[in-house]
Amino acid sequence: MSVLLLAEHNNQHLSTSMENCLGAAQQITNTVDILVAGYQCGAVAKEASELPVRQVLVADNLCYEYGFAENTAPLIATLAKPYSHIMAPASTFGKDIIPRLGALLGVGVLSDVITILDERTIERPIYAGNAIETVKSHDPIILMTIRPTAFQSACKSTQPAEIIPIDTVIEASGVHFCSHSATTSKRPELSSAQVVVCGGRGLKSKEQFALAFELADSLGAALGATRAAVDAGFVPNDYQVGQTGKIIAPQLYIGIGISGAIQHIAGIKDSKIIIAINHDENAPIFDVADYGLLADLFTAVPELIQLLRDKGEKSC
Amino acid sequence: MKILVPLKRVIDYHVRIKVKADGSGIDTNQVKMSINPFDEIAIEAAVQLKEQGIAHSIVLVSIGEDACQESLRAGLALGADCAIHIKTNSPLSPFVVASLLKEVVEREKPDCVIAGKQAIDGDHNQVGQMLAGLLNWPQATFASAILVKQNNPRVFEVTREVDGGSTTIEIDLPAVITTDLRLNIPRYATLPELMKAKHKPLTVLMPDEFSVKITPHIERLSVRTPAARKKGVRLKTVAELVDVLKHTEGLL
Ligand SMILES: Cc1cc2nc3c(=O)[nH]c(=O)nc-3n(C[C@H](O)[C@H](O)[C@H](O)COP(=O)(O)OP(=O)(O)OC[C@H]3O[C@@H](n4cnc5c(N)ncnc54)[C@H](O)[C@@H]3O)c2cc1C
Ligand SMILES: Nc1ncnc2c1ncn2[C@@H]1O[C@H](COP(=O)(O)O)[C@@H](O)[C@H]1O
Repeated sequence: MSVLLLAEHNNQHLSTSMENCLGAAQQITNTVDILVAGYQCGAVAKEASELPVRQVLVADNLCYEYGFAENTAPLIATLAKPYSHIMAPASTFGKDIIPRLGALLGVGVLSDVITILDERTIERPIYAGNAIETVKSHDPIILMTIRPTAFQSACKSTQPAEIIPIDTVIEASGVHFCSHSATTSKRPELSSAQVVVCGGRGLKSKEQFALAFELADSLGAALGATRAAVDAGFVPNDYQVGQTGKIIAPQLYIGIGISGAIQHIAGIKDSKIIIAINHDENAPIFDVADYGLLADLFTAVPELIQLLRDKGEKSC
Repeated sequence: MKILVPLKRVIDYHVRIKVKADGSGIDTNQVKMSINPFDEIAIEAAVQLKEQGIAHSIVLVSIGEDACQESLRAGLALGADCAIHIKTNSPLSPFVVASLLKEVVEREKPDCVIAGKQAIDGDHNQVGQMLAGLLNWPQATFASAILVKQNNPRVFEVTREVDGGSTTIEIDLPAVITTDLRLNIPRYATLPELMKAKHKPLTVLMPDEFSVKITPHIERLSVRTPAARKKGVRLKTVAELVDVLKHTEGLL
């Protein structure tokens, strides 16, 4: 058995989720290769070679700059033959490419794998995580997207893996890049942060949403939001946490002004500790919260920020 | 321009689902069913293109049991022109769905397929991408905006919601687009439209009219309820909360 893992990166850095995906791959075999397809992505290839993998395949060409499925999927298809499994993170990147690859190889895909039971059998959440299905693939080659938060990360390797250039050039036809607007933030990255503060519609306005940012900063936390908060224009779309947004599993989640719809809970229920601040005692988020504070957030959150500050000052 | 919208009938998103006692699946008995929310968004996108004079006809397709026809009628009432039901009671993988849709595309020859990004029952997020791959068409997944190029209506400018921000691309038709939540807010059907929908053409096809083999290449072995979280504690003051974080959980 051998696994080909598709690297997610921005041509400069490997996504941290790759270590978790590698952790998942290693539950199947230690023979894992990573494919880095990109443009001027030498630094990424080097980072990948420091992971405990056999080889790093690098397709470094202008045509792969934007990670289009239209050419990345056929590129992987040309390399697929020797592998029993092909994996990618269950991110928008992996989910864009792997099903298209499935079509080219004539096989199915196991999305959002959270447990690997054996090389053909896995668990995955369905119905926004309200049920878990066990499925077995009978396909000749098994394609998966891995939910990174469900797997331990693999350790760094002591010996760098061999880097093998791949010269195949496939132009992505019919698709052209126009622009990308990246959400830049000095806060930790939402999907991998240890502490996450999420804000909901209860924060009322974009101006008042600043309170969530302030709380996040006093904890060194990442910031997330509900769909309602995003739709109301409080924060950009990639802050959305939930069934159709990001899935998070931090050590600590604090939800403020969030009712706890199942679609939101789907994204947070693997958090170690869930704290909810809401003034409605019947808010469903209290059913999943380890600690629920029944309070008006506009008084409780400033007080919390103040207490956290006092603590910070006392300890130094 | 003709637009094809695949539509799945799913348990309504308000319903709290129950796993069957024997672990074979989800209980759908007496449960409210609806059009997959992302597919409603896809229909709305198609209808808006029709209102802009870009599209002239909208074809819906649903694959599944008899009751899919109810969902197709509901979709017709939202502004689609005709519908195709592929009738089967077999469990379907996204690959099988995409393979059937590919043949529908070959028969109907649409200029564009607009599908949902995911069906909220299986949460696969695969069919659109697979269909694009099978057809060798460009794909624009997770669309939050679709603009038709002024100088060339055969090119769509699509904004995609991706991790870390949003990306805008241009795709040449024919192409597959999958919808994200913020693409639009679907309208409600009015009573006259519901009446009119009853008389719109709905064709029923059987899977054996297609060359696709419906095999359980991805086999569901069982379904379980996820482990419940332990019962939580109610706190009264912010000071208590800070104390718990610091002392009980050792997190600060
Ligand atoms: C197909 C589909 C997919 C979806 N995917 C997602 C998803 O990925 N993520 C997601 O989050 N949602 C998703 N949703 C939306 C989801 O169903 C809910 O509508 C949304 O999560 C609600 O957000 P909210 O809790 O911020 O808002 P609300 O439900 O409006 O809750 C606001 C809460 O704030 C509390 N509040 C108000 N004022 C105060 C105050 N002063 N002090 C304290 N508390 C206060 C209220 O008591 C209330 O509980 C999806 C919906 C659909 C149909
Ligand atoms: N049985 C089906 N019939 C028609 N369309 C479907 C079916 N299953 C999935 N689709 C379409 O494919 C999209 C993505 O579904 P999935 O890949 O299963 O999450 C849905 O939003 C629908 O547009």
